[in-house]
Amino acid sequence: MTTHVTTETPEIPFVTHIGPDGPWAGTLPDATPDAHSLIPLYRAMVRTRTFDARCVALHRTGRLGTYSSCLGQEAVGVGVASAMLEDDVLVPSYRDQAAQLTRGVTPVELLLYWGGDERGSDFSGPKRDFPICITVGEHSVQTAGVALGMKIRKRPEVAVCMMGDGASSKGAFYEAINTAGALNLPMVMVLVNNGWAISVPRSTQTVAPTLAQKAVAAGIPGIQVDGNDVVAVTDVCSQAIERARVGGGPTLIEAVTYRLSDHTTVDDARRYRDDEEVSAQWKREPIARIRTFLADQGVWTKADEEALRSECSDEVDAAAEEYLAIGPQPTEAMFDFVWAELPPDVERQRIQATLDWGKDV
Amino acid sequence: MSETTFVQAIAMALAREMENDDRVVVLGEDVARSGGVFRATDGLLERFGPDRVIDTPLAETVIGGLGVGLAGDGMRPAIEIQFAGFMYSALDQILNHASRMRNRTRGRLSCPMVLRTPTGGGIKPPEHHSDSPEAILAQIPGLTTVVPSSPSKAYGLTLAAIRDPDPVVILEPARLYRATRADITDDGVAMPLGMSFVEREGADVTIVAWGGMVSESLAAADDLATDGIEATVIDVATISPLDMQPILESVERTGRCVIAHEAARQSGFGAEIAARLAEEGLTSLLAPVARATGYDTIFPLARLENRYMPNRGRVVAAVHRVLEYA
Repeated sequence: MTTHVTTETPEIPFVTHIGPDGPWAGTLPDATPDAHSLIPLYRAMVRTRTFDARCVALHRTGRLGTYSSCLGQEAVGVGVASAMLEDDVLVPSYRDQAAQLTRGVTPVELLLYWGGDERGSDFSGPKRDFPICITVGEHSVQTAGVALGMKIRKRPEVAVCMMGDGASSKGAFYEAINTAGALNLPMVMVLVNNGWAISVPRSTQTVAPTLAQKAVAAGIPGIQVDGNDVVAVTDVCSQAIERARVGGGPTLIEAVTYRLSDHTTVDDARRYRDDEEVSAQWKREPIARIRTFLADQGVWTKADEEALRSECSDEVDAAAEEYLAIGPQPTEAMFDFVWAELPPDVERQRIQATLDWGKDV
Repeated sequence: MSETTFVQAIAMALAREMENDDRVVVLGEDVARSGGVFRATDGLLERFGPDRVIDTPLAETVIGGLGVGLAGDGMRPAIEIQFAGFMYSALDQILNHASRMRNRTRGRLSCPMVLRTPTGGGIKPPEHHSDSPEAILAQIPGLTTVVPSSPSKAYGLTLAAIRDPDPVVILEPARLYRATRADITDDGVAMPLGMSFVEREGADVTIVAWGGMVSESLAAADDLATDGIEATVIDVATISPLDMQPILESVERTGRCVIAHEAARQSGFGAEIAARLAEEGLTSLLAPVARATGYDTIFPLARLENRYMPNRGRVVAAVHRVLEYA
């Protein structure tokens, strides 16, 4: 008996609505039915970029810790967050500020976190959202756990995981999508393919032509979307999230974008990446195309733009000022929240730590 | 002879042994094209080519597994895990496989791999980048764990680790990478594994440390000397197998011992040394052993980092505690 093995690339749809050069007209998807409905998405992207630039500047002047910029990836996070409902749960990684900000995490909280203060992960907004995951890809399996809990409790909720292209090489990622399929979990996995895992290009991670096709082996739908097209991201995520919400199972979404920044503020990408590649990618960045579209549709004026820029700038100014005015936690704060109740032996250590150092930092 | 940093000493040792031994290969995340996030593998790709210096996909399990497979079948891999906190998904490979290969096959196979990873705090990095997991590793029979404390030890112990017939984890204190320089001759001479080093001799108290706490302890000894207190400082260097002899001999003279480490106190490696002192040196002790360690908390983010890490002042305070005991 001969077994035929097919080596054909599986059919992976690539969804785009508004590319870098248009189209500037035509039908919009259900999630964003008219030009007016795109204005909040546009505003969220500009707000994210303003915040992100300030974080980099604060690091440069020694007032923020190591920071991973999301420059160029604003459409992915804004699209994902816009497609989620408040009671859904986001399990993000360390470059998903756009999604976090749009979900309601405040700029001050993010500044505190990146400034080296644990209070930044105590979100006032999306109370069930997980803290960002630093260990790459390990949160994918946790997201499956969140989704399983939603399913067991018969809640109409969806767990959404965001992770990078590098994370798709991790065992945990395969375990997560396989289990999500096997248990028919209400989970959406968004792979933010920004082309680079620190110095390692996407082509070194895998010879698979797409990352989305990894869904095929897990038996779940896989789809590619233009990650620099906020309309397409919102569309694809909305469909996947709503299908998951009604018991239709998980989806793997590969959002194709580009890391316009260094890996972090302590990285120098010029050592391993050509400037020409980055310049070419600037022509695909997500914000200008939507502005052009909105202007073309007659719903966005120069005055609107100026007002938005100044509003974002004012908000970030105020957030930075508030962040910088927040003093460090007292020494003993490192003992808080290690356990619900501090064991007596460690309580003695807390007292000793205050004796060792004093209260103030 | 040029002044060499700790991280340059590692790159020098790797290059030296790649030159000496064709079986030595370097693998990890960002080790080739970028030369490592700390530059510990700088220049190796250019010199030895992409067959021997390999950027792996971003997956610690596979980096560990490749190491076991390579070493189990005759190669000499020196793998890099980017930060110790990312090692845990490769721990199954280390704990269940690398350390047991010789034993499980009754010596037919062995696993001469090296796993290098930055350890400890002091560089104000993001979360999970400051772990000191030596005590976890010390619980693994068959595994050697080394923590160099200076550029020359980094050079000599890295060479020894690559040449060792069994798996070795090298925990490299990230805060030392560029903090210290030394004249190092690239002579290919290894330092012995499994040996504790007496760094300074004094009659009043024995301070035992490793990694980043060695320089803090030596600084503490300087401070104590101005008050007329003379301390012996011992660099354990190899966590496992532990060389207890110099510690026992020193405590026999001083009668007092302080153990300094950055990791959390409970079940930290200091507990093993204290237990061995209780077992083998109890009659030498004139005072209870004291520890200057991290607290039993999560390693804090940058703003409180310095409040977690024991410094020279906390070592000095611990010395005063053991001296003041009647």
